Amino acid sequence: MYAQMVKTDAPRVKSLDEMDPQERAFQERIDAGQKIEPKEWMPEGYRKTLIRQISQHAHSEIVGQLPEGNWITRAPTLERKAILLAKVQDEAGHGLYLYCAAETLGISRDEMYEQLHSGKAKYSSIFNYPTLSWADIGAIGWLVDGAAIMNQVPLQRCSYGPYSRAMIRICKEESFHQRQGFDILMKMVKGTSAQKALAQDALNRWWWPSLMMFGPSDDASVHSAQSMAWKIKQNSNDELRQKFVDQTVPQAEYLGLTIPDADLRWNEAKGGYDFGEPDWNEFFEVIAGNGPCNAERLGARRQAWEDGAWFRDALTAHAEKAARRAQPVAAE
Amino acid sequence: MSSEWPLWEVFIRGQHGLNHRHVGSLHAPDAEMAINNARDVYTRRNEGVSIWVVRSSDIVASAPSEKGPLFEPSNSKVYRHPTFFDIPDEVGHM
Ligand SMILES: [Fe+2]
Ligand SMILES: [Fe+2]
Ligand SMILES: [Fe+2]
Repeated sequence: MYAQMVKTDAPRVKSLDEMDPQERAFQERIDAGQKIEPKEWMPEGYRKTLIRQISQHAHSEIVGQLPEGNWITRAPTLERKAILLAKVQDEAGHGLYLYCAAETLGISRDEMYEQLHSGKAKYSSIFNYPTLSWADIGAIGWLVDGAAIMNQVPLQRCSYGPYSRAMIRICKEESFHQRQGFDILMKMVKGTSAQKALAQDALNRWWWPSLMMFGPSDDASVHSAQSMAWKIKQNSNDELRQKFVDQTVPQAEYLGLTIPDADLRWNEAKGGYDFGEPDWNEFFEVIAGNGPCNAERLGARRQAWEDGAWFRDALTAHAEKAARRAQPVAAE
Repeated sequence: MSSEWPLWEVFIRGQHGLNHRHVGSLHAPDAEMAINNARDVYTRRNEGVSIWVVRSSDIVASAPSEKGPLFEPSNSKVYRHPTFFDIPDEVGHM
């Protein structure tokens, strides 16, 4: 998802009686649905996994501003521009809530930025695709934020207090994001045939990358089993993907758009849709840095960070000077 | 130069005459910028009418290991609860 394929360092999930008393007490608190708070004891693997997951999630929110930012200056009306600006500003806020949550686990903001800018840290594969037309902004809100919501709603119940609270704030803001995207597409499909074709083209390009957001099947993954035992993951990737498809197909029908999957059909017996397999080779290529826009996205991030250095330094210098002035002068 | 800005804890009073409540934290070079940033990060949808910011390093917290001694639930002191006292019905509401 926004944090795809998070590793846990666990060779396998331990049972309660294999744990030492401290770890067992910790696991029992989690099993009882209690929240873990920053200064409390936690297994090193729990702490590290959360840092990976929350920082990947934060990086995704921050990098995720770039594809949409591409259309702020070219939004078709002033109202659409104001809406898109507000949406992108929300994403910046989401990144900040999440960086703060990660910092409570003992990693600094600068370390996380360094990991992102050096390419060491991952962010969601979805943000490495280009936004070619205004309809892409509609498709992102509808599909990408839609998929993000699927994943983020259960994360509100995550066992780590600061992450859970950040997710609650984020979820409050997400439904505006999805609705504004769907609203863009509703308008376009009622427009000229050229506008409707743009909407269909956007769906064609964003459908499979959106399904990949949930990550490959993880039913057999020890990392996923460990994350579930720690309650920092609640559903399997396939479960969430299925929910997303079931929710989205009728919405595409409402728009009069065709989902680009020849294998898509209703399965009465399971009460959900059957659908095709995303191209996982493409997914692994994008994750490895070889997607259509990886270099551009990281380049834009690095440049923004470097271009802002003088300004950050100036504010620090100003604050230091003001603090010196405020200090009472020593008596003679 | 490039040293990290200090961390601030943000407290916001919601519309309804409630106490200020902790909402999260942020980095800022000084108090004034911390307030400005808190406005942008934590009150984009009129969530508040007043903001406090406090440097995280100035907060003194109880240690998690003291949980037992500090927050022992005083179950032996049931007389702290009004239900401990039986007031006859004839007395009426009290
Ligand atoms: Fe977001
Ligand atoms: Fe997002
Ligand atoms: Fe969003």
